Amino acid sequence: MIKATIHKKIKTYKGNSQLIVEAEFPLHSITRIHGSSGSGKTTFLKTLAGLITPEKGEIHAKGICWLDTVKKINWRPQQRRVGFVFQDYALFPNMTVQEHLQYATDDKLLIERLLRIGKMESFTQHKPQHLSGGQQQRLAILRALALKPELLLLDEAFSALDDELRNVLIVELKVLLKEFGTTTVIVSHHIQETVDFADRALKIEQEN
Amino acid sequence: MEWTPIWLSLKLAACTTLILFIVGIPLAYWLSRRSSLGKVMIEAILTMPLVLPPSVLGFYLLLTFSPNSILGSWLLEHFNISLVFSFEGLVVASVIYSLPFMVSPIKSALAHLPVSLAQASYTMGKSKLETFYRVLLPNIKSSLCTAIVLTFAHTLGEFGVVLMIGGKLAGVTQVASIAIYDAVDNNQFKEANQYSLVLFAITFVIVILVFIFNRNSARGPLE
Repeated sequence: MIKATIHKKIKTYKGNSQLIVEAEFPLHSITRIHGSSGSGKTTFLKTLAGLITPEKGEIHAKGICWLDTVKKINWRPQQRRVGFVFQDYALFPNMTVQEHLQYATDDKLLIERLLRIGKMESFTQHKPQHLSGGQQQRLAILRALALKPELLLLDEAFSALDDELRNVLIVELKVLLKEFGTTTVIVSHHIQETVDFADRALKIEQEN
Repeated sequence: MEWTPIWLSLKLAACTTLILFIVGIPLAYWLSRRSSLGKVMIEAILTMPLVLPPSVLGFYLLLTFSPNSILGSWLLEHFNISLVFSFEGLVVASVIYSLPFMVSPIKSALAHLPVSLAQASYTMGKSKLETFYRVLLPNIKSSLCTAIVLTFAHTLGEFGVVLMIGGKLAGVTQVASIAIYDAVDNNQFKEANQYSLVLFAITFVIVILVFIFNRNSARGPLE
């Protein structure tokens, strides 16, 4: 079980508001997070990853405390090692597809397998600027999976994929996530996008 | 034409660029992170050489390094170093004078990289140092190149600061720009023209090489 209680101030164009989330994610589950634009979905994911520190909160993963603001425990992102697919993909312009995966893992067999799953075998020497939007998004997903993460955070990770490719990828992804024992949290605006993927849902809203 | 002033100018530009490359990158990285009032003040001070008349900067450096000053007498007493009218003094003055030319392009490039690049690297377990060398620096190559060229070219053309702190001791502090001034002052226009042509050719070749190096970059080397 991954438990998170977070209180975080958010600045919006309407003024300051509070992101308050209390959530439990059963191990190996896939949870879809939804909510209106600017409600703090991405902030929540980044807080889970250790990229943002909330004013108040606790995060426990499999009984290990990642964050406790009262006890002043705050694991760095490097220690949490969650897989994170950023909304802007965050691909490194200086690295090829192959180098992206090698940056995440030394496991050559896993890299070959991921390239096959993402249908990226023909693009191993391509840099991000020479890939289409869909290919870039697939690479971002594969790079996150290369860590074999216990927790995978996907921020609008299927938005650039066509229906056919997304459906194929989801089937393969589910096999991998089961094999790695990964708990997944996905932010998505469109229910249709994740209908065959997520098995749970969580709504995030801001409080003024 | 004497080649010593040209050689001195090149040596001064190379030493200054090397020192600023080593010092400027960490400084630019630090400045590019979250801003604070203290950082703004420091950045303003570092940028002063851009707007200050070189003779003003040179004058204050001359006062600071003079054997009669606290720093100057301390350096002379403990290390037997005199920074006025010496090549070492020229290097120190050039480092201060050219600092913004190295730091500003690098700082600006680092600040414009998406934050998510470093964040993605951190989530993969990479340290800040590894992220800096493997992700951030390689993605600002053209700006690094710009910073190096600007610093080198700017130092090569220095006049006011160099004259104030170093004078024009032949073979020691008389760099090419001062040799040109001296030649004109003595009505030796042919010699002044020769020095000028050599400086022009050197800087032109450097700029051309940078354009070739950055030809595949989205931005031009001096953008």
